[in-house]
Amino acid sequence: MITLTINGARREVSAAPDTPLLWVLRDELGLTGTKFGCGVAACGACTVHLDGAPARSCQALVGDLEGVAITTIEGADDAAARAVRAAWVELEVPQCGYCQSGQILSAAALLADTPKPTDADIDAAMDGNLCRCATYARIRKAIHRAAEIMEG
Amino acid sequence: MLDRIIAGAVPAVRAAPLSRRGFLKLSAGAAGGLMLGAALPVGRAAAEGAAEGLATPFVHIRPDNSVVVIVKHLDKGQGTATGLATLVAEELDADAAQVTTEFAPANTALYANTLMGVQGTGGSTAMANSWQQYREAGATARAMLVAAAAEAWGVDPAAVTVAGGRVSAGNNSATFGDLAEAAARQTVPGEVTLKSPDQWVYIGKSFPRVDVARKTEGSTGMFGMDARIEGMVHAVSLRSPRFGGTLSSLDDSAARALPGVIDVIRLPDRATVIAESTWAAIRARDALVAEWDFSAAENRGTDELRAEYAALLDREGTPFHAAEPTGREAAQVIEADYFFPYLAHAPMEPIDVTVRFDGQTANFWTGSQIQTLDQMIGAQVLGIAPEVVTINTLWGGGSFGRRAIYDSHYVAEAAMVAKAWLAAHGQARPIKLVWTREDDIRGGYYRPMHMHRVRAGLDAEGNIAFWQHRVVGQGIMLGTAFEAFAVKDGVDSSSVEGLGESSPYAIPGWTADVHHPRVGVPVLWWRSVGHTHTAYVVETMMDELAQAAGADPVEFRLRHLTDPRARAVLELAADKAGALPEGLTRGIAVHKSFGSYVAEVADVRMREDGKVKVERVTCAVDCGVPINPSNIRAQIEGGLGYGLSAILREEITLTEGEVDQSNFYDYTPMRITDMPEVEVHILPSTEAPTGIGEPGTPPIGPAVANAVRRATGQAVRELPFSRHGLA
Repeated sequence: MITLTINGARREVSAAPDTPLLWVLRDELGLTGTKFGCGVAACGACTVHLDGAPARSCQALVGDLEGVAITTIEGADDAAARAVRAAWVELEVPQCGYCQSGQILSAAALLADTPKPTDADIDAAMDGNLCRCATYARIRKAIHRAAEIMEG
Repeated sequence: MLDRIIAGAVPAVRAAPLSRRGFLKLSAGAAGGLMLGAALPVGRAAAEGAAEGLATPFVHIRPDNSVVVIVKHLDKGQGTATGLATLVAEELDADAAQVTTEFAPANTALYANTLMGVQGTGGSTAMANSWQQYREAGATARAMLVAAAAEAWGVDPAAVTVAGGRVSAGNNSATFGDLAEAAARQTVPGEVTLKSPDQWVYIGKSFPRVDVARKTEGSTGMFGMDARIEGMVHAVSLRSPRFGGTLSSLDDSAARALPGVIDVIRLPDRATVIAESTWAAIRARDALVAEWDFSAAENRGTDELRAEYAALLDREGTPFHAAEPTGREAAQVIEADYFFPYLAHAPMEPIDVTVRFDGQTANFWTGSQIQTLDQMIGAQVLGIAPEVVTINTLWGGGSFGRRAIYDSHYVAEAAMVAKAWLAAHGQARPIKLVWTREDDIRGGYYRPMHMHRVRAGLDAEGNIAFWQHRVVGQGIMLGTAFEAFAVKDGVDSSSVEGLGESSPYAIPGWTADVHHPRVGVPVLWWRSVGHTHTAYVVETMMDELAQAAGADPVEFRLRHLTDPRARAVLELAADKAGALPEGLTRGIAVHKSFGSYVAEVADVRMREDGKVKVERVTCAVDCGVPINPSNIRAQIEGGLGYGLSAILREEITLTEGEVDQSNFYDYTPMRITDMPEVEVHILPSTEAPTGIGEPGTPPIGPAVANAVRRATGQAVRELPFSRHGLA
């Protein structure tokens, strides 16, 4: 058994150590907010936070994650995540929504580090997150809006 | 086989006339059924386990004061659920906050798309075919609430008012929930009067999307990929690397020895691993050793196909348009060949379907886009009646056409696996079949590769003297069981829509013909279908002719646009684009598709490395009554983003029948860095609503190509731009 810390709670999982976190979250723990999009870290749909930093869970093996604070979309509730969610709803960012868990976690990590990001900062931070609905223009606007919300 | 299945379940299909989108468009038979649907006796709920309160096929009003709109379409991001909720809420005078949505079960009699004749979503028809129906459903429910209130309070129904989710008369006031049970006992009104546009509070104004909050919280339970059915096992399939290949031998011993593997099911053209988890199934699939028989497979590569298509450009095809000759002498002639590659839809949610088959009944959970076909084909494979097959429609994680599948191939695959499972194990288990991204990219059902040749002449005054147009490409329905229905006089409309009669232009001396080569690569409609290439050809050639004639590109187009709505969007977009910023070049395009008119103005920067950066796109759209302006903007933003992505870097190629690409590192959709700022201007209209999911896509390619040609002199006639170092 491997002990993981997910959204602040300790979880025992039976998966082999070389199993990607993505599949443990989805299949073993039922945390389906983390999405499968490509399996090769090329789309960002499976983004989670590992000790606060955005990471692709399809490439993170659970055997390496004991003692690491794992945050998924279901547990992301810091000021940045709350601001991003509020901005996302206000600007109606999601279309199909499948990539949005990953988009939101990438955006929240950006804002936690860079409270007033420029368009270039946003492009750099969000470049790893594909959206086939091309909600990108609204994502950019919503990150600026979330920055305002955080400022209060 | 499929046509027999369809004909058996939907008798209207065989008799109905067919136009664009072939067999799907069966308007005559469906309308009657839907009228019946709207007038069904109250209390007959759409879903199993009828809700208490007022339950009609399209709206349930529950005692807890919730209003549930039953959505007959698939919402895969295009906002249809919100659109239908808007229509019901408008006529019901509901409060937006009390309105939620549920997807309808498969029931063609109740829920057919009135423009298709089957229950399905496509061709940007969701709002067009629901416009009257869902407003009438809202008005019907409202009348019954009013009748219930009048009865309870002993007043004249005419004295009862409804606003913002409250029913009132004098000092009496009630919520919908208070009246729901009594409303269910009222007589269904024979006919209802709909609001006039000046009475609308939601239509044309705003109605909050019903899905965005959940989609910021992990969208638990929304997508097929996230379905979790008690006792579920996981499946992935190994399929032939060439289309049409069959499995000649399989060694699954190594796969079976891996942890978590439950079974390997061998089918004629694939092998499916069943495992305790998706990851175990993926790993075991990698361990399968298969040999394939390619004797009946498509073994050509795109280079060979392209050479064959190019040869066809020299040969006369099947004519489909012939304008009167102008008699004018050409002073200059432009001749151009165009190439458009196969394209994958690559929705962010790969294909998935969960099935449970117990020998007598079956359930499917998936983002079903043509419920009627999924139900019938699932039933056919399982050998049971469609009535005992339940289609649980879930939200689609994108589609762009990929889930509107004329052969329900992945539902059929899941059904074959479930049947084999039951035969081998004797008891039912839910099986979730997942396509990995590699399966998706390599799995076919692409936008068909096309070539065009245009030879156009200008007279001495700079007017078009003739325009000869030839198209070469697979018809989407050709080679399927629906060929007899979909192809008229040898012309598959999905290849040529946007040309000739269906073009917004009346081009003098326009003649056009088409070849449909037979190729074993499965093809499918891809957001805006034939318009993806026809608009590109017409609008880039139009721009070249304008420049050759020494004319302004907008003025030159207006000479050939007689449709006032097309003229209006073109003029508005050109006007709103304003002054061109320093260092940018401008391109423009206008097109009509799915009944809607869109003009796009692209302001493009040529970067120092020679690559294109589209900085800003100004759009004007006329889609009839604009039901939800925020969503119209979203669909234009997304539609042009999807089209821009394709022209920049997307292409599927084959070598000896095998697809060369496999995932997002070699099939490379656009990322945020390439997304322009988008400004959308919506023309006011009283016309009935038309499509919005697709019409934003066709104009962006030619608009950008026109800007690039004006900046560099290079006419991009072979896509994608990455082939030329432009992306």
